Amino acid sequence: MQGEIPSKLKLHEHQAKEILRAHQVPVPHGMTCFSVEEAVTAAVALGGSRWVVKAQIHAGGRGKGGGVKVASSIEDVRLYASKILGMTLVTDQTGPGGKVVERLLIERGLEIASELYIGLVVDRGIQMIALMASSEGGMNIEDVAINDPEKLCTIHIDSIEGVNWDTARSVATQIGLPEAVHDEAMKLFSNLYEVFLTCDATLLEVNPLVVTGDGNIVAVDAKIDLDDSAMYRHPEFGELRDFSEEDPNEIEASRVGLNYISLEGNIGCLVNGAGLAMATMDIIKLHGGDPANFLDVGGGATAEQVSAAFRIMLKHSNVRAILVNIFGGIMRCDVIAQGIVEAAQQVDIRLPLVIRLEGTNVEKGRQILSDSDLSYLAATTMDEAAQKVVEAVRK
Amino acid sequence: MSILIDSSSRVVTQGITGKTGQFHTRMCLDYAAGRDCFVAGVTPGKGGESFEDIPIFDSVVEAREKTGCNVSVIYVPPKFAAAAIDEAVDAELDLVICITEGIPVHDMILARQRMVGKNTLLVGPNCPGVVTPDVLKIGIMPGYIHQKGTIGVVSRSGTLTYEVVDQLSKVGLGQSTCVGIGGDPINGLKHRDIMALFNEDSATEAVVMCGEIGGTDEEDCARWIEQHMTKPVVAFIAGVTAPTGKRMGHAGAIIAGGKGTAHEKIAALKSAGVHVTQNPAEIGALMKQVLR
Repeated sequence: MQGEIPSKLKLHEHQAKEILRAHQVPVPHGMTCFSVEEAVTAAVALGGSRWVVKAQIHAGGRGKGGGVKVASSIEDVRLYASKILGMTLVTDQTGPGGKVVERLLIERGLEIASELYIGLVVDRGIQMIALMASSEGGMNIEDVAINDPEKLCTIHIDSIEGVNWDTARSVATQIGLPEAVHDEAMKLFSNLYEVFLTCDATLLEVNPLVVTGDGNIVAVDAKIDLDDSAMYRHPEFGELRDFSEEDPNEIEASRVGLNYISLEGNIGCLVNGAGLAMATMDIIKLHGGDPANFLDVGGGATAEQVSAAFRIMLKHSNVRAILVNIFGGIMRCDVIAQGIVEAAQQVDIRLPLVIRLEGTNVEKGRQILSDSDLSYLAATTMDEAAQKVVEAVRK
Repeated sequence: MSILIDSSSRVVTQGITGKTGQFHTRMCLDYAAGRDCFVAGVTPGKGGESFEDIPIFDSVVEAREKTGCNVSVIYVPPKFAAAAIDEAVDAELDLVICITEGIPVHDMILARQRMVGKNTLLVGPNCPGVVTPDVLKIGIMPGYIHQKGTIGVVSRSGTLTYEVVDQLSKVGLGQSTCVGIGGDPINGLKHRDIMALFNEDSATEAVVMCGEIGGTDEEDCARWIEQHMTKPVVAFIAGVTAPTGKRMGHAGAIIAGGKGTAHEKIAALKSAGVHVTQNPAEIGALMKQVLR
């Protein structure tokens, strides 16, 4: 599933599984590979007669997109590895552009008796951690929740008291885990909950959890979302970050403390505050335009941040015009205006620029802009600003 | 009247000696009855000192004993903010307003669990605060944009709320109380709770509600409005153009697994009889029209 509290720092499946293994959660034997030769060597070293070749990208739905293959010979491992490595994998979670596969996980195949689902998630509505389980492993759990709600059990965990084991045991029964593995399942629930807490996770999903032919339970897939706000206490995750998976503009923005997200349109927006930034995108659309980005310069934007914001927006090749929408609160409009003028001197903005300032010291701010040699169109309301920028793009 | 805060509120600032705490405490002191209402500060280890003639204590309990404070505002850094909330709850204050942005989710889940069965209310975290115009401002919003009046405002964001308040003031509609409930996924009072307070408040004639993508608070509020609300409500939901699976600045603003879209929220509010505008520049004008 897609978590409701997403992280900038995302983990690959193989990284999530290493964390699970360290917490005594059984996962298949596997190795991470960056080339076809490495994949073949890994399969030989792992042994057995069946292997799974899995694309490692930061998105779900890989199987459907052709990013997961079962090989019954070393030659098949070679074939699938060479097909998958370097391919652009498009899934329902990657967006239309897809993601290029740069690493593989090669795992030893298992004899599967049944597939189940286990997830831990932060339930925003109830404001507690929820343990979700289902007999329908391998499926998208959101679909199970809609189509077969009776097949999904959810229990909420009291963070002070921890997991109630009687309830957890009844969950094991409800999802059809054989009696013989109940003790093992209890240990697994406990270990997963420990991973969830110690990693500051906001989502931990094992889908599927497999009961093997010889009666063991193994986490065959794993997904962990981490809480960005808690990463100050997890320096160990810093080195797991895979920058090749991220938008370079978004990386640069986060380095200078800006919230930036690339979009498909052609009107760049520079706004202070996340809610106002979304509202600005919406009003551009309402007037027939298309925003090229979300960009929140925050409450205390400096001249350096504003010029970095312009630089990042201009790197987006689609951008045809820029709308600046600032509501000065504690951050005064004159300070922001000064920042815009300085930024314009550092960055060569040759596109139409519409500026709307409102709020604290707005008159001073407008004066600073009109006294500068900046070429721009002024607007007083959000409506006027959106209309002007949409018109500028159409010209 | 007003909701949550009035001239009888007695406020303690947790984190009063930090740069942010100092700056905003000064701004709040200078607003309306601020000097009468802000009575205490807390910074562990700085008890006995003072700031702008406000005595500083080592703990909230001590501040309460010595000054009778019943409301706290928190500017403590994210690492320690959840503990600051716990402390205010343990001191049995009536209301805690947490401004701090970036508190770890697990810390907030624990803090919320510890509040179960207690009478303390929480606004925030990651919010601009609460203001009752011409009476008391507790938080970081610019005071001068507000006018005393009869419109209640509840919102998940900061500058978008200022935009709305500014529009209301400019069309001659003052505000009874403005509440920023914050942009975090785990928080205190929700849209629905604030709506219920406005419904009971004799000073509030109508309510503006600003929601955004993520979670289902707006849908919950819509259901509540349908069954209980006796006053007109105008709403705007930010994020109609937001893409799926991307966090839009606020930790809680995300469309995930097909849930939390602006369209769903707008549909729920419309079917509850709420006046919804898709144009954020027309919120003030729409309210004017609704009240005509």
